[in-house]
Amino acid sequence: MTAALETRNLTKRYGRRTALSDCTLTVPAGRVVGLVGPNGAGKSTLLQLACGLLTPSDGDIRVLGERPLGGSPRVAFVAQDTPVYPGFTIAEHLRLGARLNPSWDAGYAERRIAALGLDPAQRAGALSGGQRAQLALTVAAAKRPELLILDEPVAALDPLARRGFLQALMELTAESEVSVIMSSHLIADLERTCDHLIVLRDSAVTVAADVDDLLATHHRLTGRRQDPAALSGGRAVIDQRHTGVQSTLVVRSTAPIDDPGWQVDRLDLEDIVLAYLTEGPR
Amino acid sequence: MIEFHLDARSGVSPYMQLIQQVRHALRLGVLREGDRLPTVKEVVARIAINPNTVSKAYRELEYEGLVQARPGLGTFVTRTLAADAESHRPLRHDLERWLAGARAAGLDDESIEALFVSAFRAFQEARP
Repeated sequence: MTAALETRNLTKRYGRRTALSDCTLTVPAGRVVGLVGPNGAGKSTLLQLACGLLTPSDGDIRVLGERPLGGSPRVAFVAQDTPVYPGFTIAEHLRLGARLNPSWDAGYAERRIAALGLDPAQRAGALSGGQRAQLALTVAAAKRPELLILDEPVAALDPLARRGFLQALMELTAESEVSVIMSSHLIADLERTCDHLIVLRDSAVTVAADVDDLLATHHRLTGRRQDPAALSGGRAVIDQRHTGVQSTLVVRSTAPIDDPGWQVDRLDLEDIVLAYLTEGPR
Repeated sequence: MIEFHLDARSGVSPYMQLIQQVRHALRLGVLREGDRLPTVKEVVARIAINPNTVSKAYRELEYEGLVQARPGLGTFVTRTLAADAESHRPLRHDLERWLAGARAAGLDDESIEALFVSAFRAFQEARP
């Protein structure tokens, strides 16, 4: 199966500043992929390269097996803060979408707007944040893309609107074969909606794995102060903290840890991501 | 019909949470043989969860012989676990005796729970 997104040594420089450096990754198709990392780590740059809005300085990028092309009917992009045209009505957004996209699914778009209880004659500028985000998602989804890319779509939404947006997005993935790549700072949201996670740090990929695997293989170990080198092989220490008497480790291990010297606890996805983002300088 | 929920801070993967909730409902008799589980789309629309996760959980439950997918109709419960409650009675009795012993030894609630969880984890990890 062709990967949704594949990059090799992908690099993007703006003048002297490097926004993305030597990024090599494969995003499997048919999945919902979360992209996390601190501001400035290169998330938006990577997403815009994938949409063909930017061109690489170096390296190679393939989207659905092709070099990305701005305006491709196979890829839909929802930019940060889910922009819409404030002066246009909802009906005009849908007409514009139909005009610009040969694959436009008018029936789907109208059903979605009706299901949301929105009046097609209303101007987008008068909509709430949550309604604007839903309109942007509807316009992107009605293209019937093979890949849907969303850059922090829920960052500005209240919890209720955020849940509504994610419900709509998950319904969309349940009823179509679309692959999704979504960046967000809200890791709890990604934990439930994504099956694959990519962590970017300092413009490079730190970890990329299935969410279930990340949750199953990472553990927090607490015990008397000791040298983590004493841990047996096959275990990677991701993060470590020591006080005078106690050591706390975040460990990646596929085998169970049965050392009675450590108390072993589960970690949620947010703790795992933070461990990767706070480990010592690379 | 049962409704699922997700606990984001539990560290238990969403897929495992769904499985545990079905098993729990079977044990309590909330779900009985012939009952239909919500469709993947219904679960997704309700709790905003990845559809692959729901399918994976349902496949695992099918593999355990607890449910069966009937194409075009839905996923149905094939076995109940409620009868187990009866056979668990002696075990529960033992546990209650142990709890009384722990209390008599001066352990408070938190110490009892910590002791149980720590012993349980050690047991689990010794026998994966």
